[in-house]
Amino acid sequence: MPLLSPLLTLTRVSRDFDVSAPWLNRVIERQPRRTLRAVDDVSFEVAGGETLALVGESGCGKSTVARLIVGLYAPSAGHVEFRGRRMQMIFQDPYASLNPRWRVKDIVAEPIKLLGTKAKIGDMLMQVGLSPDDGEKYPHEFSGGQRQRISIARALAGEPDFLVCDEPTSALDVSVQAQILNLMSALQERLGLTYIFISHNLAVVSHIADRVGVMYLGRVVELAPAAELFTRPRHPYTRMLLDAVPDLGMSGKPRTPVGGEVPNPLAPPSGCAFHPRCPHANERCRREQPQVIDNVACHAVEERRINLAAQS
Amino acid sequence: MLLGRLWDHDLAWSFRRSPVTVAAAALTLACVGAALLSPWLAPQNPFDAAALNLNDAFKPPAWETGGDPAYLLGTDNQGRDILSTIMYGARVSLGVGLASVLFSLLLGVSAGLVSGYFGGRIDAVMMRIADVQLSFPAILIALLIDGVARVALPSDRHDAIAIPVLIVAIGLSTWVNYARTVRGSTMVEKEKEYVQAARVIGRRPLAILLSHVLPNVLGPVLVIATINIAVAIITEATLSFLGVGVPPTEPSLGTLIRVGNEFLYSGEWWIAVFPGVALVILVLSVNLLGDWLRDALNPKLR
Amino acid sequence: MILDIKNLRVEFPTRRGTLVAVDDVSLGIAPGEVLGLVGESGAGKTLTGLAIIGLLEPPGRIAAGEVRLEGRRIDNLPHEELRRVRGRRIGVVFQDPLTSLNPLYTVGEQLEETILTHLPLSKSQARTRALSLLREVGIPAPEARLHQYPHQFSGGMRQRVVIALALAAEPSLVIADEPTTALDVSIQAQVIALLKRLARERGTAVMLITHDMGVIAETAQRVAVMYAGRLVEIGPVREVIHSPRHPYTAGLMGSIPKISARRDRHLAQIEGAMPRLNAIPPGCPFNPRCPRRFERCLVARPHLVPAGASQAACWLHAAP
Repeated sequence: MPLLSPLLTLTRVSRDFDVSAPWLNRVIERQPRRTLRAVDDVSFEVAGGETLALVGESGCGKSTVARLIVGLYAPSAGHVEFRGRRMQMIFQDPYASLNPRWRVKDIVAEPIKLLGTKAKIGDMLMQVGLSPDDGEKYPHEFSGGQRQRISIARALAGEPDFLVCDEPTSALDVSVQAQILNLMSALQERLGLTYIFISHNLAVVSHIADRVGVMYLGRVVELAPAAELFTRPRHPYTRMLLDAVPDLGMSGKPRTPVGGEVPNPLAPPSGCAFHPRCPHANERCRREQPQVIDNVACHAVEERRINLAAQS
Repeated sequence: MLLGRLWDHDLAWSFRRSPVTVAAAALTLACVGAALLSPWLAPQNPFDAAALNLNDAFKPPAWETGGDPAYLLGTDNQGRDILSTIMYGARVSLGVGLASVLFSLLLGVSAGLVSGYFGGRIDAVMMRIADVQLSFPAILIALLIDGVARVALPSDRHDAIAIPVLIVAIGLSTWVNYARTVRGSTMVEKEKEYVQAARVIGRRPLAILLSHVLPNVLGPVLVIATINIAVAIITEATLSFLGVGVPPTEPSLGTLIRVGNEFLYSGEWWIAVFPGVALVILVLSVNLLGDWLRDALNPKLR
Repeated sequence: MILDIKNLRVEFPTRRGTLVAVDDVSLGIAPGEVLGLVGESGAGKTLTGLAIIGLLEPPGRIAAGEVRLEGRRIDNLPHEELRRVRGRRIGVVFQDPLTSLNPLYTVGEQLEETILTHLPLSKSQARTRALSLLREVGIPAPEARLHQYPHQFSGGMRQRVVIALALAAEPSLVIADEPTTALDVSIQAQVIALLKRLARERGTAVMLITHDMGVIAETAQRVAVMYAGRLVEIGPVREVIHSPRHPYTAGLMGSIPKISARRDRHLAQIEGAMPRLNAIPPGCPFNPRCPRRFERCLVARPHLVPAGASQAACWLHAAP
């Protein structure tokens, strides 16, 4: 039982996007208004000092959740409560996340000037493994991995206690990814940071997360401590995701054949969004959306129709 | 050392590579220099009535029979040295051209930034205004604004106001091009993560627009602007030729051509032809410079 | 050998000197075999693929070496002939299915056009082939799908269509450049399985270019590892993954995150970064980052030598 209240709480957060055609087209072609529900009734908490990972494939809403947390979007329903001091964000694309016309020192200095923090530019750069001289250069003079380091330095210059990381290593080579992940772990320990880590890569997440939330079509379908999720996945989608991770160990382990694709979020299936691809779907799954019970949203788990023996 | 670095820069290198561009640059520099420094360089101030000598009227160019080496390109009906009138005229043409482009840039870039960044109603309204305006030819718009100004303002102020009105008229006829380009680029940059990072840090939208987005969308616009200087000069020349441009006390190249037109058929061809040639040379060199600038700034061609 | 590359060298003349993007690469692929070409960005693997199919963008060019397809040299063919060979004997699958297909033509039209260009068939025969190709790549209800446009397919389905297109003229070699990188993980698995099955059933040689070792582990029989334009290790997949002989390969395998029950925060990492093409150090290009380097590595460039069941370009394995 945590003694302190959680640093971040999301309560029944939803976010809709209006994807209707422009007004003129709608009037002339008599098209209805269309709404995309990118995040649907999501609730979870993040405790101080931990790393919560959100994983899922395209269209699952994890990036939207990141932006809802940080305030780039406002929730259409529910609310986001942040009890920490400051939040910063690290983005996926190392080439688009730094202004190409600004020098590195100005990029890192921006939060210092705006927020009045006591950080020093040179110290920030050294903390991420760069040299203070790099401040004079422009972003295009750096490699992808170095740019992510600059992004991290910029985020740290704001003296945050909470960092939202949106796929920070997805665009990097494998060896560079290892460096950045190690850096982020070290910084977390040294500075006592709390992370929300968004990723589509389960293997990466297994190295950095304390707890993992699995998202599908805007909903959190399972949330569990990392060790549990990877050894005893409960939701059929989690199992499918784990199965789909290429087996580097080449153990020749038989894998459940994966079927279908993520449906169009504009026209989600009825009932449980996963039912068209689920080997355990029954009539109830087609009609009714499962509620989150014990951190899993699945009828088959609730009705004990799935064998929950450990998968290794 | 800085000069050395400039020389080595990619821009300077592609510049040096093309002899056409170097020639164009030299020509433009000569024209612009001559125009701007006309009060000191010109052999005569043709608009100072006291300096004129009516006996020297209608003198042909110096190399023709009857010509006078003091008046290299001949004189007009009032004894004005054509070379001097061209230099003074070019000054007015260039001045109006540059000023109107600057005005247009200011208006168009601001509109484009706001439209692209905030979207929604503001964008819809602005783009509809732009669409409507684009269905009129630029000259017509300039004529319209000029005409309205003439009616609205007291007649004794006409001459003094004429040039600013002209600048505004030409400027208003072309702002849409910049606005659209900047709007498109802004919509692209807005989605980029460095803008989102600035929002997360907490910067206000205006600050983000000016310090983050503007430097990244200005590139293509500057190229259009350079080429538009030539267009502005021609627009002004056209308007002046039609008689609704600059006041006769400060003639531009267009005015000179109009004035010279009257004497074309009586044999004094030089009064119209030389200002005409000067206009062509000025516009051509500015265009060539603009061409090079566009290619040099295009990263894909490098 | 369907594909046989010897000492391939790709250069880019720039005003600051010539950059060597692919340096002395030799490899071969047998019928029905999937060879993985693995490396990080800038290692030269995509350029190797482009050099084979003759799609290098100038000023890049093949400066040395030869590329043989079914015994016949193709790197020195005139444009027209190379174009015919490329369509008929080599199929290509690129990374982004969205841009590989023409959005203005139906899938059926694109398939039939390719078939008719390269095979002496009638229109109706081409139509039948197109249908059977779609079925082969696992697209349900192909009769209806034939008349649909690329944007009406999902990402994974589009990539299957691209594979069908690559196979349309019955090529003997398929080059796939990051075919699964833009796809979701669950679709990746499907496309990988498809490529494997097709290679096996049709006897096509497949060159699978990717940065993802996991995909290679599932799909390929042999793998070649590239670094700074050079081939540093080549061998059977099991060998290279479990017993890497080159320190770079070992470092690479160590830095790949793997799911394990035991939560291991720290990933093995290789210090530094791959050198840019204009700053390749003398001797072995990996030496500044290599934990096992010695004097010879700094001055002499190693070539591929036998090392266990694989080959590695490393002085640790060369006879003294």
